[in-house]
Amino acid sequence: MYNPQAENIIIVKDLVKKFGSFYANDHLSFEVKKGEIFGFLGANGAGKTTAIKILCGLSYPTSGKLNVGGFDIYKEREKIKRNIGYMSQKFSLYDDLTVFENIRFYAGIYGLRRKEIEERAASLMQKLDMKEARDKLIRSIPLGWKQKLAFSVAIIHNPKIVFLDEPTGGVDPVTRRQFWDMIFEASSEGITVFVTTHYMDEAEYCDRVSIMVDGRIAALDTPDNLKKHYGAGSMNEVFLKLARVKVE
Amino acid sequence: MPAIVVDHLAKHFSTVKALDDISFSVGKAELFGFIGPDGSGKTTLFRILTTLIVPDMGTATVNGLDVVKDYRKIRKDIGYMPGRFSLYADLSVEENLNFYATVFGTTVAENYELIRDIYSQIEPFKKRKAGKLSGGMKQKLALSCALIHKPSVLILDEPTTGVDAVSRLEFWEMLKRLKNNGITIVVATPYMDEASLCDRVALIQDGKLMAISTPSEVIKTYPWSLFSVKADDIFTLLNDLKSFPGVHTVFAFGQAAHVSFKERNMDEKLLSEYLLGKGHSGIKISPAEANIEDCFMELMIKT
Repeated sequence: MYNPQAENIIIVKDLVKKFGSFYANDHLSFEVKKGEIFGFLGANGAGKTTAIKILCGLSYPTSGKLNVGGFDIYKEREKIKRNIGYMSQKFSLYDDLTVFENIRFYAGIYGLRRKEIEERAASLMQKLDMKEARDKLIRSIPLGWKQKLAFSVAIIHNPKIVFLDEPTGGVDPVTRRQFWDMIFEASSEGITVFVTTHYMDEAEYCDRVSIMVDGRIAALDTPDNLKKHYGAGSMNEVFLKLARVKVE
Repeated sequence: MPAIVVDHLAKHFSTVKALDDISFSVGKAELFGFIGPDGSGKTTLFRILTTLIVPDMGTATVNGLDVVKDYRKIRKDIGYMPGRFSLYADLSVEENLNFYATVFGTTVAENYELIRDIYSQIEPFKKRKAGKLSGGMKQKLALSCALIHKPSVLILDEPTTGVDAVSRLEFWEMLKRLKNNGITIVVATPYMDEASLCDRVALIQDGKLMAISTPSEVIKTYPWSLFSVKADDIFTLLNDLKSFPGVHTVFAFGQAAHVSFKERNMDEKLLSEYLLGKGHSGIKISPAEANIEDCFMELMIKT
């Protein structure tokens, strides 16, 4: 839920990331409020993944001031990593480990105790309706299950923020919606959700949406306000209006 | 003669029936879409049509040629874009295209007209390694490579998954132009808005075809009465709607929920009062027309 009075959980000021002479992120500035679902949209190659990697402490910016979850991006990267969850487009579950082994592995990395891990795993299996898949290899379970599991694992340590980089690519419409039910639930429990997607109906589920074009933020507002501002009936139209300019 | 005829085709992998007795045909210059969840059998079907694997049972022909007996001839006639990016990441854009042209015994110059619209958009980057391209550019290069030997049938396995809305729109404009040039196109997609751009679509699940029809016919078969419901808090709205008596399905559609009732005479007032009682604000209820996504989800949950 977006609350303008809430504290800023992510603060980005003048973020620049250059690769050679190419500006992947060209002076980005924005804030994300605690507990909101923040949609981070943009065309392929607009610079989204570059920015997410920096926010997660996986790569340094060229310049700019950034604070994530109350920690400085230059000096407190390890603290940031402990306080965030991350799910990438190619979910990072291990294909040749079982469902349970993956849970145990990630929970272990985040320092959960053996007993806690057993409990979390059991309640997760119950919640995801995956009890019979507990000892199956990840490679053998359907994509939709993997996605739900990858998300659950990404928030197993109760992070302040979870970053989702195109979490729903290629799944069927029912699974996509079940996935968003999980996002809503995490958000209602106070986890801030930072999500990228190419499905424009999903952009409508976000509290606020930013649209990146060529390394810059071309627009940032609630879906309703963006639609009003661009005289568009849907987020798809808004996106096409903003992102198509550069192609032509 | 149809471009593709599939007759009682079956394929299993150990105990899994990937394709379970499916039959259909695709007309010449038809744009034919496959929609179905991951693991429904689309890729297995495409691999059989492209002569990469052989079926257990049944037959399939492409331009009248049998996929098992005449596989060498078929390969000259088809262009294939696999679901996973399969070009050489460490070759440049130009090198990839030349490579594919040479493999098929032709040259880029000879068929340049066919790919000009698509290739001209990535030509400024022709010295760049294919692995360094963005998603939309990779997909344009893959389509160029699939077209460079002038195939009469194109088989595209989820070409737009992970591709942004602008590139998707352009990609489908290209498909329409290719169709108008007489090329038959079979395409799998998880995007329902793309399904509605096809001449006909086949819905596939667990290796079985659930429906084959034009998009407008598919929509007409939607059996229930459907409403669009809005409220300020969509997450609680979805949950509350699910426990309203008589509700069949509840699915989020952007900022509204689509709610279906098997009962024809649903009382909107009753639903409105129920939601008010649950503390909702900004309630808007209106009858809705089913779209292809509603129909597909209905078919999915039925099985």
